[in-house]
Amino acid sequence: MRRTVLVCCGTGCLASGSIEVAEALQKELAPDVIIHGVEDACFVKKTGCNGFCENGPIVRIMPDDISYYKVRAKDASAIAKSLETNEPVLRLLYRTGGKAVLSQRENPFYSPQIKIALRNIGEIDPADINDYISRGGYTALKQALGMEPQDIIAQVEASGLRGRGGAGFPTGTKWRYAAGYEPTPKYVIANGDEGDPGAFMDRSILEGDPHSVIEGMAICAIAIGSSTGFLYIRDEYSLALANIEKAIQDAEDAGFLGESIIGSSKSLKLSIVRGGGAFVCGESTALMASIEGRVGEPRAKYIRSVQRGIWDLPTVLNNVETFANIPVIIRDGAENFAKLGTEKSKGTKVFALVGKVKRTGLVEIPMGVTLRHLIFDIGGGVIDDMPFKAVQTGGPSGGVIPENMLDLPVDFDTLTEYGAMMGSGGMIVMDSTNCMVEVARYYTAFLADESCGRCTPCREGLRQMLMILTDICEGRGREGDIELLEEIGSTLVDASLCALGKSAPNPVLTTIRYFRSEYEAHIRDKVCEAGVCPELASFAVDPVKCTGCTLCELTCPVGAVSGKQKEIYTIDSKVCITCGACRQACRFDAVVAIPRRR
Amino acid sequence: MALEAISKQEIKSLIESYENDRRHALRIMQDMQRIYNYVPREGLEALAERFSCPVSSLYSLATFYRALSLKPKGKNVIKVCDGTACHIRGSANLIGSIGRELDIAPGETTEDGMFSLELVNCLGSCALAPVMVVNEKYYSKVSMGQLAGIFNKIREGEDQ
Repeated sequence: MRRTVLVCCGTGCLASGSIEVAEALQKELAPDVIIHGVEDACFVKKTGCNGFCENGPIVRIMPDDISYYKVRAKDASAIAKSLETNEPVLRLLYRTGGKAVLSQRENPFYSPQIKIALRNIGEIDPADINDYISRGGYTALKQALGMEPQDIIAQVEASGLRGRGGAGFPTGTKWRYAAGYEPTPKYVIANGDEGDPGAFMDRSILEGDPHSVIEGMAICAIAIGSSTGFLYIRDEYSLALANIEKAIQDAEDAGFLGESIIGSSKSLKLSIVRGGGAFVCGESTALMASIEGRVGEPRAKYIRSVQRGIWDLPTVLNNVETFANIPVIIRDGAENFAKLGTEKSKGTKVFALVGKVKRTGLVEIPMGVTLRHLIFDIGGGVIDDMPFKAVQTGGPSGGVIPENMLDLPVDFDTLTEYGAMMGSGGMIVMDSTNCMVEVARYYTAFLADESCGRCTPCREGLRQMLMILTDICEGRGREGDIELLEEIGSTLVDASLCALGKSAPNPVLTTIRYFRSEYEAHIRDKVCEAGVCPELASFAVDPVKCTGCTLCELTCPVGAVSGKQKEIYTIDSKVCITCGACRQACRFDAVVAIPRRR
Repeated sequence: MALEAISKQEIKSLIESYENDRRHALRIMQDMQRIYNYVPREGLEALAERFSCPVSSLYSLATFYRALSLKPKGKNVIKVCDGTACHIRGSANLIGSIGRELDIAPGETTEDGMFSLELVNCLGSCALAPVMVVNEKYYSKVSMGQLAGIFNKIREGEDQ
């Protein structure tokens, strides 16, 4: 039996040393190694991100379908030996409910997932176009070439696909508009300027399956009659940039891009534009300004960019994940796609499950599942089984959702009704040691910094909100601050120029809505119960629980903890900087947050 | 990076490797940032001449985009991720500790020019939070106690 050994080389696993693992395996399983009498029995392949980054580096043996986690280079010989003996390496398997599982299908993180946008990631070598083709890649493009443009658009419309970047505009409608305008040339743009902190699905797709985006863009170009496209990708995503650059070259060489696509009269020239590191450039008109070589400021959209986009010409701009869905819709049919999801939100969505959740990673599931299913069944619940406090969805434009609303379905429309949004799919889980006021301050600081400054409500409003929130966090909160935040926030929603400003107050407004008592405690009692805001909280040792194990003293960076081994420790609140290292280190829950004495 | 390292010839050939179109301005400045660790004044002036535009319009680009810096950065750039996942897993404490360890605030460079400290928005490595990147090497789940050792090692590496 010939085997393939897949080594995850997504950014997460790379940072955990997967290149060393791949090299060690390549050495152990060199082509001349004979296993079960078969020469050339093993092939080591570097794949994109498997999604389960918490447990990287991940190694998969196919076709046996055995997955190993947290693999180190020194484990390579054990893995090589296991191929000879057919005995899996037990210590590298994933354990759930006391049982070790071989296949990802038995792993609770993977088993509920249905992969469309991520269909090839972790399965193929992103640098090898033939791997993509062998899994049905570019067949949709061939099909599209034989279709009338309006039929392609009709298929996309029938699938119910909506923009995965967050706004959720129907993709087919956008294409239909763009196709209907006269002026040429027309442009296709893939938005890979993934700026939401805590979201990395676009990066994963660009790194792990770049051809799926290229194929989606090519199909769009045929549908709307365009022959020029851009991929706008964050400069920080070096691996994604490298992989997409190679993929474009390979696709041109293979005749899927460039002049005369697969011998037809259609052509498409794709170029990469590296983003300059401005969050606002994720906004479509700002992104187009940036490609044109201008400062990335958005414009008012009285005229949509499908009519007048880049260089005032008709432009379709879709998110990377949206494009990755297109080939599957064309190839397998719109009905199959539309079977998944809810009435108004069809298909699947990729979520980045991060923060205080046990199984951090990328998850693709049909829309409409509940937050509880996502966080507790797939994500495994909160780290260290701490009490769940909230989940922040949709990044800085989204809001927080408290525990009593965890049974809400995740789709484009439901969360928006509750002040949050699904957005691009970031899910940040927070526990009782996270302060909601500080979280609101964090997002507001991020947005105040990223506001382009063009319109006054966003520029000035965010600054004022940030000052008020900083005051509250630092113990200078006053009566009326909450109401003032609400007032400024609603002005931003009504009067900002672009979606950045319109959605910017969401984190503040939702934390006020669902965690008002925390704001009141900060303002009136000058207490941060979560133990986060240094001016309002310190730590103390619970003498009943303390075992005198010394860990807190060892981890304290400022020497605030003192005591003797096997005796009860004390924390000097005058020295304590409220970093929480001792609380995190303590295995007996003996370190508790207390109000800071003033 | 010392100023004399900047060659007008090198800048000129870099600029001329792109077609004469304003839309390449950002890209050329990103290249300069990579070569010199910042965008030098000479670079902005040469670009302005090429595109026949005022230096001020390029200055506005250079100050708008976070990837560009008009001041030289240290030899070793420490990027601390302050994305949400890192933030709620304690990146603020990490930043404070680095500040105490090296006596610099975010955006600053140490007096000896060895280290610059930068905060970056999400590096997409949320499973490894809090994440710190120094010279493209990732340090995952960094604790405050590890910092002194990491910086000493980098200093030693420089000495060799």
